[in-house]
Amino acid sequence: MEMEAYISGTSVISAQPTFNSTGFLDDIIETDANYLNCIEPSYKEFLNPTMARRMARIIKMSIAASTTCMREAGIEQPDAIITGTALGCLEDTEKFLLAIIENDEQFLTPTSFIQSTHNTVGAQIALQLKCMNYNFTYVHKGFSFESTLIDALMLIAEGEAKNILVGAHDEMRDKYYRVCARIGYWKKEPVTTMQLINSNSSGSIAGEGASFFVLSAKKGTNDYAKLRGVKTFYKPENEADIEKKLTAFLAEKKLTPQDIDVVLYGINGDIRFDPIYHNLKNKLFKNSTSTYFKHLCGEYQTASGFGMWAAANILKTQTVPAAIQVEAPKHKAIKNVLIYNTFLGTDHSAFLLSAC
Amino acid sequence: MNSKIYITGLGIISAIGNNVEETMDALQHKRAGVGKLQHLKTRHQDTVPVGEVNLSDAQLIELCGLPANFKTTRTALLGLIACKEAAKQAGISPKDGLRTGIISATSVGGMGITENLWLDYLNPEKSGDWLKYIETHECGDSTEFIADELGFKDYISTISTACSSSANSIMYGARLIKHGLLDRVIVGGTDSLSRFTINGFMTLMILDPQPCKPFDADRKGLNLGEGAGFLVIESEQAAKNKKVLAELSGYGNSNDAYHQTASSPEGAGAYLAMEKAFKVSGLKPADIDYINAHGTGTTINDLSEGTALERMFDKKLPAISSTKPFTGHTLAACGGIEAVFAVLAIQHNLVFPSLNFATQMPELSFAPTTELKKDKTIDHVLSNSFGFGGNTSALIFSRHN
Repeated sequence: MEMEAYISGTSVISAQPTFNSTGFLDDIIETDANYLNCIEPSYKEFLNPTMARRMARIIKMSIAASTTCMREAGIEQPDAIITGTALGCLEDTEKFLLAIIENDEQFLTPTSFIQSTHNTVGAQIALQLKCMNYNFTYVHKGFSFESTLIDALMLIAEGEAKNILVGAHDEMRDKYYRVCARIGYWKKEPVTTMQLINSNSSGSIAGEGASFFVLSAKKGTNDYAKLRGVKTFYKPENEADIEKKLTAFLAEKKLTPQDIDVVLYGINGDIRFDPIYHNLKNKLFKNSTSTYFKHLCGEYQTASGFGMWAAANILKTQTVPAAIQVEAPKHKAIKNVLIYNTFLGTDHSAFLLSAC
Repeated sequence: MNSKIYITGLGIISAIGNNVEETMDALQHKRAGVGKLQHLKTRHQDTVPVGEVNLSDAQLIELCGLPANFKTTRTALLGLIACKEAAKQAGISPKDGLRTGIISATSVGGMGITENLWLDYLNPEKSGDWLKYIETHECGDSTEFIADELGFKDYISTISTACSSSANSIMYGARLIKHGLLDRVIVGGTDSLSRFTINGFMTLMILDPQPCKPFDADRKGLNLGEGAGFLVIESEQAAKNKKVLAELSGYGNSNDAYHQTASSPEGAGAYLAMEKAFKVSGLKPADIDYINAHGTGTTINDLSEGTALERMFDKKLPAISSTKPFTGHTLAACGGIEAVFAVLAIQHNLVFPSLNFATQMPELSFAPTTELKKDKTIDHVLSNSFGFGGNTSALIFSRHN
């Protein structure tokens, strides 16, 4: 059974002007900040002020992005809502945790506990839409968003859904940033956005984002691309193993590495993991155009959501913006785009998207 | 598409036992595991009865066969113990060439360690070997630990939909097999008690200060619990020539879309989830011999679930019980733990008793079974799991012929 879907709507809130933007990464924000915060929209058109006041930032961003991508896809009710998040609602988790510690388990209020569960975003979207359909939340580190897509592709193949809302959301917070800095996640020195790829040191730049999509069973008139498959590789043995697994993944789709016009790598400036991408770039995909995206959105577990948005836009616009080029483009037309990403070298994933 | 999902292994650890055998003994002898906290340190030690696994972290590490100086989250240790038992019964090995996945579920992941070390993590003046536990906080960490220990790495993922999490992991695993993406999957969930969870439920004021009484007119709330429950599920081909314990015949997932923490009075989401599970299984409500209810003992859940069940079964319910008074509400693990109970009910033709029930709910026409029933063949069991955020799931387990 063919497992594929059309990307009929996208909306991404990120550290770049991606939300409600008509351009495609043609006007990027460069910074040397140690972590990249999202550019938040006004929530007025998405939530009434009382609700907006009560809701945590990541919930608001997710509601704005999900509403916008459904509008673009022209749907009011999705047949399923599937979200992926590694850290869930960090803001409320931190708040409740700190309240427990500081007040010695006394005088606590339920609000932040209620909003702390990982499925809060998926639940709040369902609640806003009064959508009683299939609803799932995946929370597996660098596989969180990948699992949502595999689930969505299965639902479409089962004939259980025509239009599915899928999303990736994670927020970065000052405290969590500091905690992860202690185990070498981030760079110690400031590095500017476009210099990250050449930074030649350990660690990356932290990021966050809310990336939502509508996946549709039927081809529409204004689709971005066709999502043809997603594969996850947990702790691949070595570079040869990655090459073998990727070649097998492409072979399942009757493709070879030569058929891939553009590869979008998860290069994040961390010398511990970037060699994985450079190896693919120099061997398996030496004839493809090499691009990368995590310098623009920062490193986080569901950054591949930003990657899928970029890949979908590459196919739709048939352009490769200068800001994501690793080197001069080699392609002619763009038919197939492959995303290859890893989070901390343990969770690896590949996405295949093709022109409609 | 593969059509059948065969269950070939069970693994469980909870307040009523550290394996399937101990669990069966407790269920048959009405021995509840809910009582005073022994291992977790909290201000509410004496006021909140819970279903705590009766082993310290050090004892769990020993049971896992890990070195004495090893440390990881209780969530991961509980999960490993149950997964090991299930894998052993199914006789599966990473070396036999079949594509095997692990799909786990948890509510707060590694919070048990984070809540003790959070301030130290944030204090740059403190440092030590313990900084490595920062990475155990994420929900996926326990799943990766289990995958590494058992060597099953073909596909792993983790689900968190509050108290329906592990019912959903069973459903997801089954669908991965049906689509031919995997040959077999270890599915279920694991959750340990934490101060975060206990205090959270206290603020919601839905904890019964006494042992919980599901479906009782005087029910006061739930008791929290901890544990892990996992199944090995396999495709027809992978399970060939193996002893099949039961089949997963139906599953359904829906959202109540009513309120962040409360279920709708009529249990609309619960009804939809059950309806979908019946559709997948091809069975009718009249085919069900035993309902293992979500039955938490809260005012809202039991009324909502009961109302949905009466509508689904046209008020003609088969034997029904909630096993939460035995184990406590083990949150993300309860769907896995109760899936193990459902398979045991089919294997041994048993209906497990609903403990602590005394008074009929005036709103409902049925009452739960209060004694162990062994006089009827149990061919089909319906198992419900509902969670915060409106996430509702239903599973149907059936005898393998």
